[in-house]
Amino acid sequence: MPETVPKVGLFVTCLVDVFRPGVGWAAVKLLRDAGCEVDVPRGQTCCGQPAYNTGDRADTRAIAEKTIKAFEPFDYVVAPSGSCAGMLKKHYPELFEDGSALKASAEALSAKTHELISFLVDIMGVEGVDAAFDGTVTYHDSCSGLRELGIKEQPRKLLATVSGLTLEEMEESEVCCGFGGTFCVKYPDISNTMVSSKVGHAGETSAGLLLAGDLGCLMNMAGKLKREGSPVEVRHVAEVLAGALDDPAIGENG
Amino acid sequence: MSKTTSSSSQSRTQILNKLSATLARGKDKDAREKAVQSRLKRHKRNLVPERANLDADGQIALFRAQAEAVSASVAEVMNRDNVPEAITAHLRDHNLPARIRHGADEKLTQLPWDKAPTLERATGPATGDDVVSLSQAFAGVAETGTLILTSGPANPTTLNFLPENHIVVIDAADIDGAYEDAWDRIRKAHGGGKMPRTVNMISGPSRTADVEQTIQLGAHGPRSLHIIIVRNG
Amino acid sequence: MDITSPAFKSNVKRAIGDKQLQRAMGNVKVGFVKKRAAARENLPEFDQLRDQARDIKNHTLEHLDLYYEIYEKKVEATGGSVHWAATAKDARDIILEICQAHGARTVTKGKSMIAEEIALNEHLEAAGITPVETDLGEYIIQLRNEPPSHIIGPAIHLNRDQVEASFRAAHTHLPDDRSLEEVSELVDEARQVLRQKYIDADVGITGANYLVAETGTSIIVTNEGNGDLTQSLPKVHIVCTSLEKLVPTLEDVSTILRVLARSATGQEFSTYTTLSTGARRKGDPDGPEEYHVVILDNGRSDMLGTEFQDMLRCIRCGACMNHCPVYHSVGGHAYGWVYPGPMGAVLTPSLIGIDQAGHLPNASTFCGRCEAVCPMRIPLPKMMRHWREREFERHLTPRTVRTSLSLWAFLARRPALYHLAASTFIRALKLLAFGRSRLKSAPFAGGWTKYRDLPMPSGRSFQESWRAGGDE
Repeated sequence: MPETVPKVGLFVTCLVDVFRPGVGWAAVKLLRDAGCEVDVPRGQTCCGQPAYNTGDRADTRAIAEKTIKAFEPFDYVVAPSGSCAGMLKKHYPELFEDGSALKASAEALSAKTHELISFLVDIMGVEGVDAAFDGTVTYHDSCSGLRELGIKEQPRKLLATVSGLTLEEMEESEVCCGFGGTFCVKYPDISNTMVSSKVGHAGETSAGLLLAGDLGCLMNMAGKLKREGSPVEVRHVAEVLAGALDDPAIGENG
Repeated sequence: MSKTTSSSSQSRTQILNKLSATLARGKDKDAREKAVQSRLKRHKRNLVPERANLDADGQIALFRAQAEAVSASVAEVMNRDNVPEAITAHLRDHNLPARIRHGADEKLTQLPWDKAPTLERATGPATGDDVVSLSQAFAGVAETGTLILTSGPANPTTLNFLPENHIVVIDAADIDGAYEDAWDRIRKAHGGGKMPRTVNMISGPSRTADVEQTIQLGAHGPRSLHIIIVRNG
Repeated sequence: MDITSPAFKSNVKRAIGDKQLQRAMGNVKVGFVKKRAAARENLPEFDQLRDQARDIKNHTLEHLDLYYEIYEKKVEATGGSVHWAATAKDARDIILEICQAHGARTVTKGKSMIAEEIALNEHLEAAGITPVETDLGEYIIQLRNEPPSHIIGPAIHLNRDQVEASFRAAHTHLPDDRSLEEVSELVDEARQVLRQKYIDADVGITGANYLVAETGTSIIVTNEGNGDLTQSLPKVHIVCTSLEKLVPTLEDVSTILRVLARSATGQEFSTYTTLSTGARRKGDPDGPEEYHVVILDNGRSDMLGTEFQDMLRCIRCGACMNHCPVYHSVGGHAYGWVYPGPMGAVLTPSLIGIDQAGHLPNASTFCGRCEAVCPMRIPLPKMMRHWREREFERHLTPRTVRTSLSLWAFLARRPALYHLAASTFIRALKLLAFGRSRLKSAPFAGGWTKYRDLPMPSGRSFQESWRAGGDE
């Protein structure tokens, strides 16, 4: 645990910024509760994955340079998304030539970047949260968080401290939901097969709420559940941990 | 016999030249040669799993357990003299005909066959009609319960595959821990860098899972594999 | 074999609508995954062995020219021949020539993906030689005139009743009223039918999982024993293999064997691992009198020294496809050529061209499960991304994608404009949503709303409310 008050730059992520600002506020609350000073630099936009995963390295590099610069003043960069944090942490350094000044800056950014929940548990040493939720939830392990950043136990550890909450694991919680950024619109038929299987497994549990740590996956799963008319609700795990349940669940009427 | 077609010889030049052009560019020729020669000479072992790092009895027990785990049956006898009776007992217990075929291995031909007077024996490579074959293993590997059999007149390779049932005798002293131990044995028996025509590593009877991933024994090779371990071989 | 990779999207539609296929794929995604996990659990050193296996192959690839010189001499010293094939056609011609030199009428074949890659069966048939596949899965798909759908389980897309129908159609010499209800009955029938074929064959063709430079040995790894019958009964044994299969020593191959079966089927070790060195020796009562190794390049040497070199470490275990949710959704045939799944998405463009196989590296969510289980630690998603980069450079990426991407990137590079656009976008969506919390259809997001609702923004943008001092 850091000894001075850490200055955290919140990397909001473009999906949270537009579709679910409440996740950003939940992140701010959790970070402040953990003793961090939080700011949201205006110089950030998107992590660049849409360009990166389309094979457009030039644009990705240009976006990465902006992001690196925007977060230079901070001790840590925290994102409420394993996918975007993984982009900054694992992929930015690959964009620049070995030995270049930009590579060094990308590596410096990489070293201080974390996904929200793993940052709280692994870096800030958070042992529990002051929140309550009366009901059973299930948790989807989003791919980048799980496989690029090793996020598996951290959200479960904190959820276990939410009073009244029961976690019931679903089958294949580690299998991709079929979102995959532009994949879900480029290959809608495959994506649909994957998300159908995913929400099928969620529906096999007794959980009334499906959680995950990435808004892309959450919108995909929520969109499918609502299309199927399922009563299962969907939220970002940070909302539950921060006790920020005033907004209706994703895609639900207020 | 080693006739090479013209397209092959053209391809050879083309492929090997391309490999060297890509791989040797800017590299120290001697250092590359040395790296290759030393690797081939030293036979350095990579990581060998701890699992089979046991004393002789431990390795025999592990070999047996692993072979049984892959559906081989295993019997142990004290001496070679007990082998013929162990074979007849196995045949009788499994309703198999008292007729076997084996190779010219002295370890098999010198067994006291008079102890199994009703057993018919034929020698030589397998024909399509053999129901039961008998082989002497060159070695065994405890880590996965694997038999090592080598080709030649002593133990023709076809005996390992064509008959429906395969019985293999192995001396306890020939059971090693790891695959690497078996390679050392082969180098010792045949000279470094030389191999018998065929070395068969066999772990259990033939099987397939090609239909609905259902494991089914006896796909094309033997339906049953019976191993007789001779304690004082 | 016909290439249908360019029609990937229509292949996908057909596959997803195919109930038999979907039922069969249901078995795949559960069985293989659990078995591999158990095998890994059972060997504490498993992940360290993967590191070493990777290093062995990297070392070999860096010295491939030198190891091949040694390997070739060793094979020749043991009475075998090495044949080099720059292209698939060269390989087909060499193999046919050997078969014809022996007046072959039938050849038995063990499972070989290289034989699939060079479309060997069609070539032999055209020359009047009957190839008989002996691996049960390969035999089944040969009867059905289908390509394999998986590199280790060629008939994994089929269910028992389909196999039964194929056997009844093909084995007309057997009584109609026989029972083929059980998998064991199907296996027995194939065993009986193929038995005489092994004995009658003039030539046996197998693949090779590995070649060993130290000894001039080729290795096959099987469970059925068909490969061994194929290579030990006929007078001639042809090994049909490719450039990247070489490893230096028996010690090195041991390490790779320790990760192969565990990754593939979850077995600790396959039933039969067979090392073949040269031809029948003086005094040997069985074994082939001639031993030929045909080494195929077909684009592989071009991968050396490029960002695709790591793909040459692949040992064809199939773990990547066994764990791939895209493969589970569509099966192997949708990929449109020989190699499906993540390894196919990387390898196929190298072998048939990215213009033909462009969909394959794009049809991935980059979920990373393939890389996580690859025994050779091949960074498959990274290499798929490299293919996307090549497509982007060559302007093969669809125009609509390029246009919207460049508009988006224009904004993403300009934060002030971007934040303004985000707020405008939210307001536009809200107008469109008309107070609804989600859309059932949206003109700009048809791919999304075809199958799922689009949740609407729940307020103004986070940036906007943060600048305004918060809305807590």
